[in-house]
Amino acid sequence: MSRIHVTATVNGDPVEFLADPRETLLDALRNHLDLTGTKEGCGTGDCGACSVTVDGTLVCSCLMLAAEANGKRVETIEGMARDGLHPLQRKFIEHAALQCGFCTPGILVAAKALLERNPDPSETEIRYWLAGNLCRCTGYDKIIRAVQDAAAEMRQDHRGAA
Amino acid sequence: MPKDTGIGASSKRREDIRFLTGRGVYTDDLALHGQTHAVFVRSTVAHGRIRSIDTTKAAAMPGVLAVFTGEDFKDVGGNPAGWLINSRDGTPMREPKRPVLAYGKVRHVGDAYAAVVAETYAQARDAAEQLAADSEIEELPAIIDMKAAVADPSNRVHDEIPDNLCFDWGWIEDNRAAVDAAMKAAPHVVTLELVNNRLVPNAMEPRASIGEYNPGTGDYKLTTTSQNPHLTRLLVAAFVLGIPENKLQVVAPDVGGGFGSKIYHYGEEALVLAAAKKLGRPVRWTAERSESFLTDAHGRDHVTKIELGCTKDGQILAIRTETLANVGAYLSNFSTATPTFLHGTLMAGPYKVPHVYVNVKTVFTNTAPVDAYRGAGRPEATFSLERVIDKMCRELNLDPFEVRRKNLLTPDQFPYTTPVGLVYDTGNYHATLDRVMAMADVAGFETRAAESKKRGKLRGMGLSTWIEACGIAPSHLVGVLGSRVGLYDAATVRVNATGNISVMTGAHSHGQGHETVFAQIVAEKLGIPESSVEIVHGDTAKIPFGMGSYGSRSLAVCGTAMAKAVDKIIAKGKKIAAHMLEASEGDITFENGKFQVAGTDKAKTFGEIAFSAYVPHNYPLETLEPGLEETAFYDPANFTYPAGAYICEVEVDEGTGKVDVVAFHCADDFGNVMNPMIVEGQVHGGVGQGIGQALCEFTAYDETGQLLTGSYMDYPMPRAEDVPFYNVDYSCQTPCTHNPLGVKGCGEAGAIGSPPAVVNAVIDALHRGGHTHVKHIDMPVSPSRVWAAINGQGG
Amino acid sequence: MHNFDFAKPSTIADAAKALAAEGAQALSGGQTLIPTMKQRLAAPAVLVSLTGIREMQGVCLGEGGLHVGAATPHAVVAREARAHYPALADLAGGIGDPSVRSRGTIGGSIANNDPAACYPAAVLASGATVVTDRRRIAADDYFQGLFTTALEAGEIVTTVIFPIPQKAAYVKFNQPASRFALTGVFVAKFASGVRVAVTGAGNDGVFRWAEAERALSADFSASALSGLSVDPAGMMSDLHGSAAYRANLVKVLTGRAVTAAG
Repeated sequence: MSRIHVTATVNGDPVEFLADPRETLLDALRNHLDLTGTKEGCGTGDCGACSVTVDGTLVCSCLMLAAEANGKRVETIEGMARDGLHPLQRKFIEHAALQCGFCTPGILVAAKALLERNPDPSETEIRYWLAGNLCRCTGYDKIIRAVQDAAAEMRQDHRGAA
Repeated sequence: MPKDTGIGASSKRREDIRFLTGRGVYTDDLALHGQTHAVFVRSTVAHGRIRSIDTTKAAAMPGVLAVFTGEDFKDVGGNPAGWLINSRDGTPMREPKRPVLAYGKVRHVGDAYAAVVAETYAQARDAAEQLAADSEIEELPAIIDMKAAVADPSNRVHDEIPDNLCFDWGWIEDNRAAVDAAMKAAPHVVTLELVNNRLVPNAMEPRASIGEYNPGTGDYKLTTTSQNPHLTRLLVAAFVLGIPENKLQVVAPDVGGGFGSKIYHYGEEALVLAAAKKLGRPVRWTAERSESFLTDAHGRDHVTKIELGCTKDGQILAIRTETLANVGAYLSNFSTATPTFLHGTLMAGPYKVPHVYVNVKTVFTNTAPVDAYRGAGRPEATFSLERVIDKMCRELNLDPFEVRRKNLLTPDQFPYTTPVGLVYDTGNYHATLDRVMAMADVAGFETRAAESKKRGKLRGMGLSTWIEACGIAPSHLVGVLGSRVGLYDAATVRVNATGNISVMTGAHSHGQGHETVFAQIVAEKLGIPESSVEIVHGDTAKIPFGMGSYGSRSLAVCGTAMAKAVDKIIAKGKKIAAHMLEASEGDITFENGKFQVAGTDKAKTFGEIAFSAYVPHNYPLETLEPGLEETAFYDPANFTYPAGAYICEVEVDEGTGKVDVVAFHCADDFGNVMNPMIVEGQVHGGVGQGIGQALCEFTAYDETGQLLTGSYMDYPMPRAEDVPFYNVDYSCQTPCTHNPLGVKGCGEAGAIGSPPAVVNAVIDALHRGGHTHVKHIDMPVSPSRVWAAINGQGG
Repeated sequence: MHNFDFAKPSTIADAAKALAAEGAQALSGGQTLIPTMKQRLAAPAVLVSLTGIREMQGVCLGEGGLHVGAATPHAVVAREARAHYPALADLAGGIGDPSVRSRGTIGGSIANNDPAACYPAAVLASGATVVTDRRRIAADDYFQGLFTTALEAGEIVTTVIFPIPQKAAYVKFNQPASRFALTGVFVAKFASGVRVAVTGAGNDGVFRWAEAERALSADFSASALSGLSVDPAGMMSDLHGSAAYRANLVKVLTGRAVTAAG
């Protein structure tokens, strides 16, 4: 059961570590790389608390072996704020779209992945996309509103920049 | 214009930055030098006699440091029940010991009977698997169904309890005959049998605990997912392990939701402490989600028959209920209070009902312990009441709005003593009813229903008018009701020399936003910026002895303690100011952060007073102590009584039975509101959970006691696409009369008021669609159940 | 998880070799296998990842219809099949949640053949051909009951070839917890006739509803189903729905699929 040498890019930084074959990407982030912002809520890919992107696609890091991340580009919640908070993070504060905060990193990563594909999602599209992320505190209301609001602001900024 | 700071402002949540950037620190996020990993060996049978556990092989496996079984904890104390309930005949409840690890018998699937500690998690897991294989457990018939449990004395969850009955409680027993007579005399009696479905709390953060022990000092430290670190410390120290309370520090860092399930002390906490002492190294454990399903205290699980006697025009004359309440295999800390004093005392609702009698039989079964879950007893009472009133309206062809109007207490009737032992201090229930009817555009319903019909859907509207007792709780009352603890709370306000403030509170924030709201209150009272106030909570080494957060108590009880501590600070500040300004204390006023000699321009700022308190060069020390720090303990005079009116609109797909909540309106009276944005969020969350209970969540054990809904593959959680936006209003405000902030509490309201509104709406939709044979559908009102009800067959 | 050795070959041939080892097991997106291994219900000695094999990736038109590489994630099928076979794209875009669609693959889905999975309905209703490293298997021969297929030990699904129907639609009713299909119906209208495949409902996994196929081949409209009924005896019954309920869903959803297909 030899260990596996993994090199990857995490939040833009090159990383390398030796993974036990059994370790998931989530285990590697939390235990090898001290990136504890990504949470384990179920370990079975049903709650979305462990959401990260790998080469730009949204995955549950609890269901991806760390070995599978070799050579990949991984983005986690810790990499979301660049030059200040991301518009989604700001809008989550403005709307109080979080309470206990445990599901929040996963929801933000998932919402960011949505807005990168679809800058103008409808309420239904947001709810459908976020159906993989359980939140027990908010009843989802303020989360959906914050994502809508962030999307609107990002579209505005995009137009302003163009 | 809305305020932008202080009381009543929607101040942004200061805790959010750390959560949004992945910098929150939850128990499992901590990594400690030399840490070891505990894994529990859990029963795979619901009921069994432990014949033997051979630890030899497991103990010899790679990395294994220690193996524990129930025998190791046989002589330490049990995890106690916090409330003593007496049966109708006066005998005290049956109270079996709840050990750290099961010995002799295992009593539910998931019951831990051994544990392994190893260098790595994988090693501990491997050894636990070996230990399970080396354990001989004789399976006994499982006791799952409550009726069967009571009926069959031959089969016992606890060998010493013959009928599996914890208690048979009557409330109020002395009124029983009068209630029976009133029921008999009533012109019409409505009867409804219903189930309040068992729920798994499902805080998104699984429970986790880390035990540490310093052999050099004898100090223990427990870091754990708790809603009330002092209560956990008290239970572990005084009842279970016998550690001196002052040698045990309990820390609840960021906690990812609780909803009741993290109030209680669990055996895993004691195990990691005992193991840490044995090994002299930190011992950590984090529940897998499957362990959370099996072992977190579940909620609800009542089977109730409710009868309502009334006049033909809908005046309620009497209410009588009989309930079987499942307590599971062991008594959890609040489990005996939940179906009794948090349930029976609310059975009059917000109505003027002369006669009410409640009977609750609480039953042991081979299932996980059941205890308080958001709302705790009050959702069960509200559901029974609001459903039976809805049924009365259908039987007598009465308008549900008019019936509520006819029976609701009126503002001139307060204070009102209910026939079930509470005194409602204030309220205006007609105001919230009027408000919600306006919000929901009740008059426009028929137009919306016609539009739904065009799309092939049946539309229905459901109403619920509810009340709860929270701000738990006045010690003098709960003591009479059987509580073994006081339910006051405490806060210490420390003004630092530079004038900023640290507030140490007994409340614990695990999503509620205390760090923000409490700072708003202190800042407003002292006339200083919110940013000057820091809220410290969750660490017994830092905070005064408080009882934690549950029962919508944080603001009403702990917030009041904090306000009173601030009043003491102001009083002391006046003394200091009098000294500094060479005036008499009685002439000093305090306003807008300034201590002033009345009628003069002589004044000192709050900062100057604070600095002086710590640089007391010329203080008259015999009359004025240095320092500016005050503690207040506050024990409320009464419960608080939030109330409200909710309207739900649903669409039903007759082909599949699927129910969609298309609108949800809440008009709540929480008294004064400290931070509207946070209050909205609390209501949203509660309603989301209430819709979850009403439409999808359920907990199923098979007849052998296996949990069939033990993962997210089978336990339906409400997801973003299952709920609507909520329309929330809190403008009807009758401030609480007995706390200085005038607050009532808002954390549980949504979960209490919403389930009957949803179910009433579904029944309404079905009746409008011609399915008038459907009198009731038990929750969850799932697609298959709705379809079966429509088609008159099993779902 | 029990421990294992991990291999990630880059060709089908190397994968086949790796899978010949004792206790070897193929890993695709891992959405089912990893949780199963965490529960220690599966304990392979060697885990052979198929995610690095380029020749098993992607969607393109080819002989016999639309070729979908077995290691293509659902999200890619949802995107790339859209122009050619919209009903298939809809099905892929409706599986699970975005994370499942990022990692889960068609090959993994049909090799596992969960009775509530979506893909088997598309494969069977389309009369698709399952191509493996050894042979070609017609859909009608491939699905053989709950979690059972015609695959031999170590055999790798490499491509699925979908004939493209004139009209088609998939309508799914979610199991409320897992969001798998409590019942899902795929209706595909070809020049040669209509095929109706049902997942989530049948006692033996995905099946074709022959009576509906006959009725719809004669008259492709929801009303053509009005005289038909589904025998609950062949339906699954569980916590989330009785056999009778599922039998009802089969009929209701088939009608809705026909309407959606247009």
